[in-house]
Amino acid sequence: MAVTAARSGQAATEVRTGIGAAVADAAIAAVIAFFLAMPILTYKTVEQVTSLQVVSRWPQVLVGVAAVFVGRLALNLLWPHLSGVRERLAWIGTKLRDAFFAMGGWRTVYGVLIVVAVGCSIAGQLSHNRWLDLLAIGPLIIGMWRRSPMWLLLALALFFPFAPGATRYYVENFGILVLIYVMLGWGLNIVVGLAGLLDLGYVAFYAVGAYAYALLAQNFGLSFWICLPLAGILAAFWGVLLGFPVLRLRGDYLAIVTLAFGEIIRIVLINWQSLTGGPNGVSGIPRPTLFGLQFKAEGGFADYFGLQYTSLHRIIFLYYIILALALLTNWVTLRLRRLPVGRAWEALREDEIACRSLGINVTNTKLTAFATGAMFGGFAGAFFATKQGFISPESFTFWESAIILAIVVLGGMGSQIGVAVAALVMIGGTEVFREFETYRMLVFGLAMVGMMVWRPRGMVSGRVPSIALGEAHRIGGDLIEEGHG
Amino acid sequence: MEYFVQQLINGITLGSIYGLIAIGYTMVYGIIGMINFAHGDVFMVGSFIALLLFLLIGLTAATPLIIIVLAIIGVLLVAMALTAVWGWAVERLAYRPLRGSFRLAPLITAIGMSIVLSNMVQISQGARVKNLPPDIKDRLSGGFAVMEHDGFAAVVSYRQLIIVCVTIALMTLFTWIITSTPLGRAQRACEQDRTMAALTGVDVDRTISLTFVIGAALAAVAGVMFLVYYGAIDFYIGFVAGIKAFTAAVLGGIGSLPGAMLGGLLIGLIEVFWAGYVGSEYKDVAAFSILAIVLIFRPEGLLGRPEIEKV
Repeated sequence: MAVTAARSGQAATEVRTGIGAAVADAAIAAVIAFFLAMPILTYKTVEQVTSLQVVSRWPQVLVGVAAVFVGRLALNLLWPHLSGVRERLAWIGTKLRDAFFAMGGWRTVYGVLIVVAVGCSIAGQLSHNRWLDLLAIGPLIIGMWRRSPMWLLLALALFFPFAPGATRYYVENFGILVLIYVMLGWGLNIVVGLAGLLDLGYVAFYAVGAYAYALLAQNFGLSFWICLPLAGILAAFWGVLLGFPVLRLRGDYLAIVTLAFGEIIRIVLINWQSLTGGPNGVSGIPRPTLFGLQFKAEGGFADYFGLQYTSLHRIIFLYYIILALALLTNWVTLRLRRLPVGRAWEALREDEIACRSLGINVTNTKLTAFATGAMFGGFAGAFFATKQGFISPESFTFWESAIILAIVVLGGMGSQIGVAVAALVMIGGTEVFREFETYRMLVFGLAMVGMMVWRPRGMVSGRVPSIALGEAHRIGGDLIEEGHG
Repeated sequence: MEYFVQQLINGITLGSIYGLIAIGYTMVYGIIGMINFAHGDVFMVGSFIALLLFLLIGLTAATPLIIIVLAIIGVLLVAMALTAVWGWAVERLAYRPLRGSFRLAPLITAIGMSIVLSNMVQISQGARVKNLPPDIKDRLSGGFAVMEHDGFAAVVSYRQLIIVCVTIALMTLFTWIITSTPLGRAQRACEQDRTMAALTGVDVDRTISLTFVIGAALAAVAGVMFLVYYGAIDFYIGFVAGIKAFTAAVLGGIGSLPGAMLGGLLIGLIEVFWAGYVGSEYKDVAAFSILAIVLIFRPEGLLGRPEIEKV
């Protein structure tokens, strides 16, 4: 008797059909939510003149708890019926995809875009000297030929500074910023996505690059174009230096040690006042030049080409520099993936013990990934320094590392286009919705957790094998199983 | 000499706090083999809960000492309970769904959870440093000199005494739980082989949940201690204290409970002596460098066993 009762109770909780069980479950969830919120969300500390006071926020918290109850109840009651809805949605999705390809798929999209771009240029909607927007057409044609959305994004990126409505503010705070994070994401993707090493101190190499350029320019008067490779080499050197002793460690130890290194570099930057200027940072960092032409009012770029001087020229120039740097990162990564070292990285990510058994030098392989990633971080850092004209240790906190890691994780580790999309959504999204800035990190954190729970392979989870016999087929991320290392 | 003794006392106090946090890291690592990156932030949440409870009780300068002592005990217990709910929720939401996922997944959710917790506190409580009301702080300020020479005395304050006593009591209780209760036995079984433990009737999910609950409760104790000792907290304390406590766990040998306590004491002493004799600018660098040095030369720690890799 008791056994049957217990069994039926178990069945009820498993299938969650009975109304009573559903209500009880929802009530438990609400009680837990209440205890979670109890002091820390319900009361807020407020500084008064004499001492700290508390202000209560009972109404909001009670509404939240009620929402948890209702939401959980609805979920419990609707869960058994959801599969039908899901099938319907999947059916609609297939129909939409069929319709999309019936109309020509990406080819049509590219075609329309080419017509629009050419039309815009010819109709003179854009001012007469902006013939450069034609440069978006190249990638569109290649993309049409190869039918790949990557080229569409490239065309949009090339076209962006000349698009109608792209003001100085948008190019600087949206375009350049997003591309910096795309580049950092791609750089970290080599370490995390390809080699499977969790690096929580990536911002250290970004800082090394930025300070390398700033200090070399200030103390030795070197120009941006000389310092850019130097910054990359220095960052890679630091990567080797830091990586060599710790890369023998297990994955999670490595994460903590890299985090500690990131913090050490920041603390040294703050405290080594005679070299780095301490918390005040370095200011007056020179701007980059175009073959010696400066972007200034008199005798600069605008005079040389006989154009009206605007500060927009410099911003657009910076935009194309970072776009080129980001594309370089991408191109090098795609090329390296085909080399033995790149294939060793990916093998290492999948199963370290198998790699060792096959005679791959694990430490050297990890070290090359670490150094390559660090080098691109250094490039991005040098660009950041020249773009800002001022750097301080404030810009290189752990949060920066966390944002870059979130981009890589959400983009799907190892997927280049996924990282670019994630950077666009996360950085661009928060730039557009400025008023939600306070909640930005909260959303990032929740997204990281949700992503790992529901779609552990990222938003773009398919993977094309780097090398295959015959044609390379895209496979779903769920087919890949990783070993332990 | 007095200066040295004073630093020693301060170091042991700080080390007790680190040790309490380190136990949470070491237990979770022992049982599921992951670094609970959010543990430092659970400590911070516990500290904030305690601060709010102190403010809600509303002690004044006129409150008798016995009431204040009772209030501290009460706050300690309630904060432990409420923080334990947070520990449970973190495990349930972020780690349990990932059993059997690939190896970086739980670490990434742990970082996500850490970001969520610290930002939640930052948004709900504000980013500024919060001070414990002076009424409570001043009443606990006294102490007694253990050594006096040339007008400089090494003083043990009542706060330090409370912290060390509570830590010793909890460590004793905790060692007893692990060695002689059914829960402790289940935990040790899961630590050795989770599948086998499940086959012999151990409820693995429940054991892991309880491990997180105990870890969070101990972190809450550390949070209350931190609040009473320093009298000022902000949303960022969990990050730095978390790394240092993790360093302590690694130094002592991760997975080993006496190791966590020993590591905590060592890290506390090193930090205090470094700040006292070398300079406080680089005291965090000292702790972080020790982490790197230990991991490079003796990854199994002082009291840990070398890890055997299984395929």
